[in-house]
Amino acid sequence: MKWRRTTAPRVAAEPLDQSRIAWLMAVAACALVPHGSHLPGWLIAVAALLFTWRVAQWKLGWPGASGLVKLLVVIACCAGVSLTFGRLFGREPGVALLTLMLVLKLHELRSTRDGHTVVLLGYFMLLTAFLYSQTPAMAATLGVSMTVITAALIALTGPPAAPRALLRHAVWLLAQALPFMLVLFVLFPRVPGPLWGLPLDAWSGTSGLSDSMSPGSISQLSLSGAIAFRARFEGDAPPARDLYWRGPVLSAFDGRTWRQGSSAQRIGDGVPHPVPGRALAYEVTLEPHNRNWLFALETVSTLPADVRVSDDWQLLGRDGVRTRRRDRFESVLGARPGIEEWSGHLDAARQLPRDGNPRARQLAQTLRAASPADTVEAGLRLFRREAFVYTLTPPLLGEDGIDAFLFDTRRGFCEHYAGAFVFLMRAAGLPARVVTGYQGGERNEVDDYVVVRQSDAHAWAEVWLEGEGWRRVDPTAAILPSRIERGLADLPAGEPVPFVARVDLGWLRSLRHQWEAANNAWNQWVLSYDQQKQRELLSRLGMSQPDWRLMTIWLASLCALFAIALTLWAMRRSGSADALARAWSGVDRALRPAGLGRETWEGPLDYAARIGRLRPDLAPVLSQACRLYADARYGAAPPAAATRELKACARALRRQRTPPHQ
Amino acid sequence: MSDPRAVVDAASTLILGKRSRLELALTCLIAGGHLLIEDVPGTGKTTLAHVMARLLGLDFRRVQFTSDLLPADILGVSVFERETGAFRFHPGPVFTQVLLADEVNRATPRTQSALLEAMEEHQVSVEGETRPLPEPFFVIATQNPASQIGTYPLPESQLDRFMMRITMGYPDPAAERALLTGRDRRSLLADLAPVADAATLTAWRTQAEAIHVSDALIDYVQALIAYTRTGGAYRLGLSPRAGLALLAAARARALLNARNHVLPEDVQAVMPAVALHRLPMLEQPASHDDAARHLLQAVALPV
Repeated sequence: MKWRRTTAPRVAAEPLDQSRIAWLMAVAACALVPHGSHLPGWLIAVAALLFTWRVAQWKLGWPGASGLVKLLVVIACCAGVSLTFGRLFGREPGVALLTLMLVLKLHELRSTRDGHTVVLLGYFMLLTAFLYSQTPAMAATLGVSMTVITAALIALTGPPAAPRALLRHAVWLLAQALPFMLVLFVLFPRVPGPLWGLPLDAWSGTSGLSDSMSPGSISQLSLSGAIAFRARFEGDAPPARDLYWRGPVLSAFDGRTWRQGSSAQRIGDGVPHPVPGRALAYEVTLEPHNRNWLFALETVSTLPADVRVSDDWQLLGRDGVRTRRRDRFESVLGARPGIEEWSGHLDAARQLPRDGNPRARQLAQTLRAASPADTVEAGLRLFRREAFVYTLTPPLLGEDGIDAFLFDTRRGFCEHYAGAFVFLMRAAGLPARVVTGYQGGERNEVDDYVVVRQSDAHAWAEVWLEGEGWRRVDPTAAILPSRIERGLADLPAGEPVPFVARVDLGWLRSLRHQWEAANNAWNQWVLSYDQQKQRELLSRLGMSQPDWRLMTIWLASLCALFAIALTLWAMRRSGSADALARAWSGVDRALRPAGLGRETWEGPLDYAARIGRLRPDLAPVLSQACRLYADARYGAAPPAAATRELKACARALRRQRTPPHQ
Repeated sequence: MSDPRAVVDAASTLILGKRSRLELALTCLIAGGHLLIEDVPGTGKTTLAHVMARLLGLDFRRVQFTSDLLPADILGVSVFERETGAFRFHPGPVFTQVLLADEVNRATPRTQSALLEAMEEHQVSVEGETRPLPEPFFVIATQNPASQIGTYPLPESQLDRFMMRITMGYPDPAAERALLTGRDRRSLLADLAPVADAATLTAWRTQAEAIHVSDALIDYVQALIAYTRTGGAYRLGLSPRAGLALLAAARARALLNARNHVLPEDVQAVMPAVALHRLPMLEQPASHDDAARHLLQAVALPV
């Protein structure tokens, strides 16, 4: 468009030279690389193609893209984006379109203004990368990209310099921004909710648990190494075999599937019954999993305010856990709650389908003993005595799955054992239910957090005994004690072991611990630095009652302080030469109000001569000042007191600047 | 030792109203550079060259460049002499201290480049033998920018060999009047007595090379050079050779003004003459003065 070029300011319309164009291509590359993991493949291919074309045009002198080609690419890609995402607005399509525009802009680099557009777009692309991932690795990548883009900005506006020098300059500039960043991060008033995230976007994370269980319907257990939650104990962590993290309780059985029963529907604000005993305090940082289940050790005795609990002791948040959350719990290990359980819940825990699994019912009758506790013991003995095998790849079971498991296949994992055991206990007349959750956890020596993974998901049984309450019985422990002692790593040979759980790779394990500890520190201190954490930190720093007004005052004053410190430092760095410059500009300031200022390009003697012609009355003092400055600045032996004398001249000129006869 | 300003004073009795041009010309010669004078005929180009050579006590030869001038016409040629039975080299007019190359753009590029090699190397190679030129050796070339028909304009790379290009310009009315009423210039020239000699000139050059250049001044020179390269007004920036020439000329001007250090004013005074002929501009300026003003006013003095 011709008219725009003629009206644009001169600097913005300056053509870009080759080295600046190279920098702008580096900007595009740096801005797009962090997006590589989530952009659709075809778009990456198009972007790479357009980018390569631009490089070829730059290096090999290929012809550039014509306006028509660019238009066609835009139309085709918009169509592609809307086909891929179903819409043209929102996070994913927005980022996809930005990617396209950034690469296309490389084909339109005519003037400095286009360069600025690319740089700003590059910065914005970096920002959008945080909407997808906020890991330390991503932050480090974006830090590098930001340095390159800043160097490009310097190359665009400043005199030409070697790439190394520009990068050093950029690092230096960003380092100066660091104190401001820290102050803003710590003190900027936080709003509740996550820092990064758009409303109505899909929340990531799923749970290894479910609200129903059908042993025999899956033949392969998912062995995800993803972290479910982390716990930190105040004091030493108990051994792994005592760590039963309670999740959904399944008390209703229809012959095939275990589901949550009526006791799960009754939800109260406090614990159903007080739990006596020595409480263990700890903090759980739960990864998002979209359900409102929270996980605490059995049996929880103290709850945070916004955590509720069902009658079967499952902890529930108000909403689904969509961002990482942290809760502090207290639990009494080995407690047996529910000694005065409501009879309705006990009846529900005895319920069985009218028919099905006849052999198991028959077996249950033989297990009946004098006392309920003996019955439980008999049930466990059965699993220990018979040739049951723990495997993560059990055969599928059809109708009467419990019969088939107990008498035919005898191969299964925790769900099979817990389900079969509870069935037997119920058939023997005892109230029993299946509890799911996580068992164990791995202590990370680096930061002392206990890490619980999705592969630690577990199911066990609970039997109610008169005068004792709910007693936890883990039939899996009877089959394979090491599963409980040491986790999945100790499965019998031939079983698929989750890669992350293997113990034989010692160095890998310690590397993983380091990495996860770093991630956790990042999560705890950067990503989950919310209103509450901010308040805690500020009161620890001695700011009582930190409200947003106080924080804003602190914020502003600290930023001002840093700015002043940086300025002072920069002035000190240039040393005494700058004192001379200040004194010299004092002369200029003295005369400028009278319209006798120095032109930026005017040498001192020329200046004295020009003003001497205009105002002969000023000539003696001014020419003395100019000679002083010229000698001090350009002379072989600068006079010692030049700065002081120059200041005196400036004062004298200020007094004389108003013409005497006017 | 005489003051270099005496040369300017004496020259301005003959070339009227052109003191700044004379100063530039002398500055160029003190700095050891070659001079290109560009103007329409009759403005005193040749007289200036004559006067300078005479006042500095230097040998002076003049060559009128034409399209049929051959390199040998400048450099010299070996002739077979029957009596000795051997070839003897007859040196051309280039073997002098000041060579006036009149209308240098009329000769063919081949002849021009023969001259330009002599300018750069201070020696000539004829028939496989290298012969040094006298010291000092200056070329003062003139060219007429108005008539371009049948000429071979010097390419930029060769313009770079000239330290300065100056223009003469018409005299102001007072000078013109004095010129019209005064004596014939040629007879005046014949009366002119030298005020210096080659040794003096060499001494001046040594003095100029010792003149102090501060870091602040180097900053300014660098800023000027950087502007010509990146400011966007020129097709091609100043070469490092141009930067050296700029500094040498500024030193010579400081010497001419009896100062022991270089000021930005010195740089600014020589900058148009040193730089403009090496700077092909994107938009042709209305005049040399406009171009000079643009260049100098675009770059602020570092304080």
